[in-house]
Amino acid sequence: MNNPLRSEGDAFRFLLGTVVYFALIAIAGVINAWAGLVVFIVLSVGVVWWWWRSREPEAPVQASPVRSGPEGERRILVVANETVGGEPLLDQIKQLASQGNTRVLVVTPALNTPLRHLASDEDSARAQAQERLDRSLAELDRNGVQASGEVGDGDPLQAIEDALRTFGADEIVISTHPEGRSNWLERGVVSSARERYAVPIHHVVVDLGDRPS
Amino acid sequence: MAAVDHAAHPPVANQSSRVDARTLGMFLFIASEIMLFGSFFTIYFFVRVSAGTPWPTPPYQLPVFVAGMNTIILVTSSFTMHWALQSIKRGNRSGLKAGLVLTFLLGLTFLLTQVLEYSRIGFAPYTDAFGSVFFGLTGLHGAHVFVGLTLLAFAAIRAFRGHYTEEEHHGVEIPGIYWHFVDVMWIVVYTTVYIL
Repeated sequence: MNNPLRSEGDAFRFLLGTVVYFALIAIAGVINAWAGLVVFIVLSVGVVWWWWRSREPEAPVQASPVRSGPEGERRILVVANETVGGEPLLDQIKQLASQGNTRVLVVTPALNTPLRHLASDEDSARAQAQERLDRSLAELDRNGVQASGEVGDGDPLQAIEDALRTFGADEIVISTHPEGRSNWLERGVVSSARERYAVPIHHVVVDLGDRPS
Repeated sequence: MAAVDHAAHPPVANQSSRVDARTLGMFLFIASEIMLFGSFFTIYFFVRVSAGTPWPTPPYQLPVFVAGMNTIILVTSSFTMHWALQSIKRGNRSGLKAGLVLTFLLGLTFLLTQVLEYSRIGFAPYTDAFGSVFFGLTGLHGAHVFVGLTLLAFAAIRAFRGHYTEEEHHGVEIPGIYWHFVDVMWIVVYTTVYIL
């Protein structure tokens, strides 16, 4: 939510607006009670309309994650729900992990339904995410990549934010389904992450339909 | 699954809001204060509109003119408060001190005038529902003016002791926000209780 009052200056301008608003209502009300009511309604609707029109989506502040881990170690954060098994992502992780001393953390967001999220019913979502994470880590292990993992928040951006607080990645890999099938792409997760974090962000599209059985 | 090796130090505190935490705290406090005033205005609404209590109850009269002068004094004090903060932001310490002292004096004038009016008004909180609501609303506001004056006094004392700089002036800004809130609430109280 965009807070319109952020400083003493904002509070002072709000006061001036309040003075004008109530002065007009009072003057009209003294002249005629119905005129006061009309002015009150018109001004109130006008204020709400002006506030609604002047709202602008706030551009996020791009920030660099705090560096964690020993000197010389590269840290790769992989955010993938169920697409770690896909070849393009495995290739990307293998390529990044092959460059010297590299540490990989896989985060699997605990995707949940909106209703369950509102009811704070996350147990099954986290259990399913844990299963997907275990499969992903096993797949990476079979491909010679040593990685650790954790289940993240249901909101992938929040999951990245949380992981960066403790892991502090040098690069982020976000894996999604192809355009048209990816809920994350539809929500602009990759572009939002690029706006927020001043680290290289690789977007890997994995089409599990092409995966050999 | 391998355990995640967390960093040895605790994670950096997350600041999700771009508003300074202390300033945001004051705005949140003011939000709770608005709810408090809202409960008093609910009583006002029920007494005056739902119950149809005459406003003011005859034969009493409200001191509209004196309260109007008081309104001008209080709104003027917001201008001096704003001037004080703008002054320290530009490094003008004299403007800061003058602004804070003027704001304090104007606020004190408002409060003393209100106390004087209370003594002459002719009715009391126990007279009837009108009296209870009148003293409840204006008294609640007066208590907030008193708190604001206390904050202003601390800010002024600190200003005279050489505190605050162009970069660090939260001790002026936060009382300033509170003072503007007190003014806004008075505008609402004056319009609804005295004029309409």
